[in-house]
Amino acid sequence: MSERQVEVEILRYDPETDQAPKLQSYSVPCQEEWVVLDAITYIKDHIDTTVSFRWSCHMAVCGSCGMMVNGEPALSCKSFLRDYPDKIRIEPLAHFPIVRDLVVQLDDFMEKLNRVKPYIIPKEKKSVSDGQHKQSPAQLKAFNQYTLCINCTLCYAACPQYGLVPDFIGPAAMALAHRYNLDSRDGGRDQRQEVVATDEGVWECSFVGACSDVCPKQVDPAGAIQQMKIASTVDWYKEHLMPWSKP
Amino acid sequence: MSGKAYIREMPKTTWWLSHSRYRRYVAREVTCIPIGIYTAVLIWGLMRLSQGALAWEGFLGALNSPLSILFHLVAFVFAIVHTISWFNVTPSAMRVQIGEDFAPGAVIIGVHYAGWVVVSLIVLFMAGV
Repeated sequence: MSERQVEVEILRYDPETDQAPKLQSYSVPCQEEWVVLDAITYIKDHIDTTVSFRWSCHMAVCGSCGMMVNGEPALSCKSFLRDYPDKIRIEPLAHFPIVRDLVVQLDDFMEKLNRVKPYIIPKEKKSVSDGQHKQSPAQLKAFNQYTLCINCTLCYAACPQYGLVPDFIGPAAMALAHRYNLDSRDGGRDQRQEVVATDEGVWECSFVGACSDVCPKQVDPAGAIQQMKIASTVDWYKEHLMPWSKP
Repeated sequence: MSGKAYIREMPKTTWWLSHSRYRRYVAREVTCIPIGIYTAVLIWGLMRLSQGALAWEGFLGALNSPLSILFHLVAFVFAIVHTISWFNVTPSAMRVQIGEDFAPGAVIIGVHYAGWVVVSLIVLFMAGV
């Protein structure tokens, strides 16, 4: 196993003492198979116990360890050091307030996620005795891609629109709205449209596509938003040109 | 939580310089400006046409100036870049599901190119080429 010395710069911020974040550099002996998260864990365990960061599964499932690695939003558990030069810079996810060091405040995302009602709103009430909600493989396939979101918020850190207009509902929340809209068991699209088909919703997106580029699960939130734009436009034409088509 | 969360302000006018991805996006958006100007030239031409033969001849003469030819070349290149960059993103915006599968992205992009060729041929036919 080869070892290499990597200079790891971390953007530090202590809300009790610091006016602004500042970079702190550490020299870390890194193993060939290490990911960025391993290097930060080494710093915490052996060099500086005060470094704060979030992580949990270490296998790109929990979505906790998102950070800016050399300016790019990434899951630090999925970013292999061998793919980076001997000096890397790690910062908290862009566009979110910094709570401490690499820990960001996600309240805004959680509130927006809640607003799009990311759960099945049944078309009609059904009792247990009525049996299960059946769904064909094709119906599942229609939305399956959008179920893969792990709420890591890398897409929010990549989206310049969210950085410029914080009211923007943002990529992950809208991809999840789309996921439930496409679900054959769901009847809640009209309720979600009140949040999604607005200036803060799909129409704030200018299709930079950065969210889909950085998504570690290939959810393609940018695609979901464009599909919702098309569906919302069709709604508008139906409402204004074919009022009789409204159920 | 004690202390105050730190908010990093995003530079309002220079943010797009920070990453090649953003620069490519801005380049794509900027390509629409010459196309917009070209559209304005077309409308101006229509207006001149409505004003009679002399006005129309004057418009055609203006189109033959070196500056006009240069502008049309630039607008043409930008229109090509604009069109290709948008066609390339159509597969994620227009998913076509057939049974349990989705139509391949290359097919969706290909249909757009085919439509482009058909419309261009119709325009050329109408123009008497």
